Amino acid sequence: MKNLQAIKPIFELSYPGRRGTRLPACDVPEVSISAIPKSLVAEKTPDLPEVTEPDVVRHFVNLSQYNMSVDTHFYPLGSCTMKHNPKRHEKFAKKGGIGDLHPYLPEENIQGMLQMLYEMQSFLAEIAGLPGVSLQPAAGAQGEFAALLTASAYFKAKGEKRTKVLFPNSAHGTNPASAALAGFQCVQLNKSVKGLVDLEELKSLVDEHTAVFMITNPNTLGLFEENIEEIAKIIHDAGGLVYIDGANMNAILGKTRPGDFGGDMMHYNVHKTFTGPHGGGGPGSGPIAVRDFLAPFLPGPIVTKSEKDGQTTYHLSTPEHSIGRVRSFFGNLGILMRGYFYLRTLGPDGVREVSEQAVLNANYIKAKVSKFLPVPHGKHCMHEFVASASELKKRGISAMDVAKRLLDYGFHAPTVYFPLVVPEALMIEPTETESKETMDAFITALETICGEEPAFLKQAPHSTTVSRPDEVSAARTPVTQYCSPCGT
Amino acid sequence: MDQSKLKYLPSHEWAFVEGDTATIGISDFAVAELTDLVFIQLPEVGRDLKKGETFGEVESVKAVSDLYAPVSGKVVEVNAPLADKLTWLSEDPYTKGWMIKVKLSNPSETDSLMDSNAYETHKADGGH
Amino acid sequence: MSYLINTVEQQEEMLKTIGVSSIDDLFESIPAHLRFKGRLNLPEAMEEMELDQYTSKLAAKNTGLASGVCFLGGGAYDHFIPAVVDEIAGRGEYYTAYTPYQAEASQGLLQVFFEYQSMMCRLTDMDACNASLYEGGTSLVEAAFMAMRVTDRNHKVAILGSVHPEYRAVLDTYCEQLNIEIVTIPTPNGYADPELVKKALDDKTACLLIQHPNFYGCVEEVQDCIAAAKAVGALSVVSFDPISLGILKTPGELGADIAVAEGQSMGVPLQYGGPYLGVMTCRNEFLRKMPGRIIGTTSDRLGRLCYTLNLQTREQHIRRDKATSNICTNQGLLAIRATIYLSCLGPQGLKETADLCHRKAAYAADSLQKAGYKLSYDRPFFKEFVIETKTSAKALQSKLAADGLMVGPRFGQFKNIPESSVSDRQLVIAVTEKRTKEEIDSLVKQLASQDR
Repeated sequence: MKNLQAIKPIFELSYPGRRGTRLPACDVPEVSISAIPKSLVAEKTPDLPEVTEPDVVRHFVNLSQYNMSVDTHFYPLGSCTMKHNPKRHEKFAKKGGIGDLHPYLPEENIQGMLQMLYEMQSFLAEIAGLPGVSLQPAAGAQGEFAALLTASAYFKAKGEKRTKVLFPNSAHGTNPASAALAGFQCVQLNKSVKGLVDLEELKSLVDEHTAVFMITNPNTLGLFEENIEEIAKIIHDAGGLVYIDGANMNAILGKTRPGDFGGDMMHYNVHKTFTGPHGGGGPGSGPIAVRDFLAPFLPGPIVTKSEKDGQTTYHLSTPEHSIGRVRSFFGNLGILMRGYFYLRTLGPDGVREVSEQAVLNANYIKAKVSKFLPVPHGKHCMHEFVASASELKKRGISAMDVAKRLLDYGFHAPTVYFPLVVPEALMIEPTETESKETMDAFITALETICGEEPAFLKQAPHSTTVSRPDEVSAARTPVTQYCSPCGT
Repeated sequence: MDQSKLKYLPSHEWAFVEGDTATIGISDFAVAELTDLVFIQLPEVGRDLKKGETFGEVESVKAVSDLYAPVSGKVVEVNAPLADKLTWLSEDPYTKGWMIKVKLSNPSETDSLMDSNAYETHKADGGH
Repeated sequence: MSYLINTVEQQEEMLKTIGVSSIDDLFESIPAHLRFKGRLNLPEAMEEMELDQYTSKLAAKNTGLASGVCFLGGGAYDHFIPAVVDEIAGRGEYYTAYTPYQAEASQGLLQVFFEYQSMMCRLTDMDACNASLYEGGTSLVEAAFMAMRVTDRNHKVAILGSVHPEYRAVLDTYCEQLNIEIVTIPTPNGYADPELVKKALDDKTACLLIQHPNFYGCVEEVQDCIAAAKAVGALSVVSFDPISLGILKTPGELGADIAVAEGQSMGVPLQYGGPYLGVMTCRNEFLRKMPGRIIGTTSDRLGRLCYTLNLQTREQHIRRDKATSNICTNQGLLAIRATIYLSCLGPQGLKETADLCHRKAAYAADSLQKAGYKLSYDRPFFKEFVIETKTSAKALQSKLAADGLMVGPRFGQFKNIPESSVSDRQLVIAVTEKRTKEEIDSLVKQLASQDR
């Protein structure tokens, strides 16, 4: 039932003179001011396709069907927390007075919005156990960067010059990338003990130049860093700060708090933990939470409130020694609002249950999967675990082959080849919003695949519209825009 | 080229010295480790390189590696066609796949490079 | 209420399979004294209906587009959004998917992003485009960093003072720890004097950052500025307004090396500042230095044309501290919106939209001048301009808001507008295609009567 006509590149659907939108005639008289100099005036119309509304609808609706998504499939993409995205959030976020506010409206015109943002700050502070919150960062990576600059400003104010940021080799790539962008020297830990940070190695690398130790907890193997308190002590004794990458917060909501286990700063991924949604790659939202002594350096504005004559007023304020802005306007409000609606829906018990059920689901899959795919690290996992296909590799089957074949069975693939510390890694995160039946079906599919013929798996997927794009030729001669003569 | 005369950096760049000029490239081991190469960036003629400095990068689908200068000196020639003939690197990284020629500013530096025996041992240890 | 699925019986069955007696056993790796014992101090749960009513009540305290006529500008605008955009971008198949790592399970998304990249290239007359960045401010900064990589000049960038003050603030933040000098070229007349630009640049300058039309709404002498950059071997970065390209020359035609934009104008709702859309296009030779995800075409194992993430080795998940940027998520959903928006408008629609903005803004400025208002800059503008008010702009903004007329931003709300002797009386007025003659006339009338 593939509609080949409708999914042609939209440029090939173009026909001169067609239009999808018409605008009313101009209702103001011609005036003589602001004549744009001829040298700057366009001599042609933009080279865009000419299509009608029916063309547009059929094209993009058809294309929407050539995707896996949380709404259509189980999406156990580890580290990405692909949970159900409640539909009410979409409705509420679009409301007049929420979805249509201009960022430069005066404070008195956005008191309701500022109240929600103020509350969101306090929710995130409570869940983190860290009192200072800035909602500004556009995504987790920007949260990391903003927090590292915050740390930098703090050390500078103390008259200290600290140059190094440390992280384990299982860290997300954004950690070193953000540290480099914030002007720090990157130092990677290369050992581990049972999938956890090697304290001896850490001690040997920490010194008076250590600014920040970045650690994901639970880590990217889905294990809680049991020695986190001692890790924090090692860093704190050297005068450094501990940064918690909050990518895996879905495991510990209401169970333990970064601020309570030694973290000084952290970011949230609202699009993961608090149901963003993921938007085909984004937008995200990466608010940061920090200890009180770091709060004066946070990026701003943040929301504050004042009481007068029994009346509460909300304000936009810049922290006293703020590092400045990391982006224009307030933040990724649309995503923050969805996170706010989610937390208001769940309440304190619901929030805790999220993590309990996410961890239960992950351990259930792990218990069954580990019988045919080894899981090298951990007795129990938190919200995700990393299996290894290295046994299959001996039969010529790679983690990628397994991932691709899962698509044929109607499941999105797990994250593959990350973290780098597990060979042939398959990182599986079911989230709390999957049923036992779905997980059982997934486990059965995975087990079946492990018994299939290598040659057959090498060519998987077999049921999708395309199979195994040639990435080498794509990278050698990149074609990144449509060009009509060559017809690509 | 007599491959036994090559001198190496641990990061798999080789140098072949003739008079005051060194020809530089990367070893077949490095090419194999990188798998399918997709892109190479080389410096311009005239650039002054210091030993250990990056002079370009080579990219595969899975990784990008910096290229480090095994010797110091001025770049006098670049194998420009290589950018479009990356297969030369897998076919023959020592003749067709050479990258740059450098006029040595400090010829004694080559003494600290690995000779081919030492490099064989280095590879046998994993090459890291 | 929560979104949990498995019944108590199922949970018990699962625990049995795992071999533990309770869920708490699964958390044993968290040392007991570090476990959170109490109950989080969060408000009690609300059902959908309650939350609907509650959020409506809070929303009613805010002035949305239904309760105020929007003349606000400064990088975010009340442009018309065809219903098709919301309808299609609201499909779960799009917004609940993630980054298309598995090409076979994402051909639809990949094709839309490829069409987005293609449209942006055509719109700007450039060769290459990424699949989006966060927003206008960080896009400009990413372009500056990209220019430093391309030119290997890592310690100096130049920027016109007429660039959005928040974009300049973001640039300051990003450069703070990296020993990068930012040369800000003054623009007291509302645009840059090319002679001053020439003097400010040298052979250490990586790039010149231009916004055109600029924060004041005015057009710049773009070609002369670009020529000055070229003369010293610096790249030119032009931050453009996508709508303006309906009637203005493109960054590519003007000679820019990298073009960036705030893409909010292209079908993205205002939503109090984000998420918006960071657009970036560049000349082909810089493709591999570009940050962010890039989609490309290739063929599959059976020779079929297909789409895939391309050039991923530049990105943080592979290149880590040497990546072209730390960016991971992009603004995919907003890129989808922009693609649908431009498909609906087409060449003629975009031209008419731009033309309506320009004509209506000119009419508004002319009417205000006739009512005795001075424009801060005697310079052609596109869809917004700056006026000098007689009384405090802040007070005036509030008074007008009470009448349902939203204007601004005020110069006074930014700390880094350099040439601003009367900044507490300077106000931006933006006029999009949506504003009617009646609304404009009402603004002029109310301004004149309230500004005393």
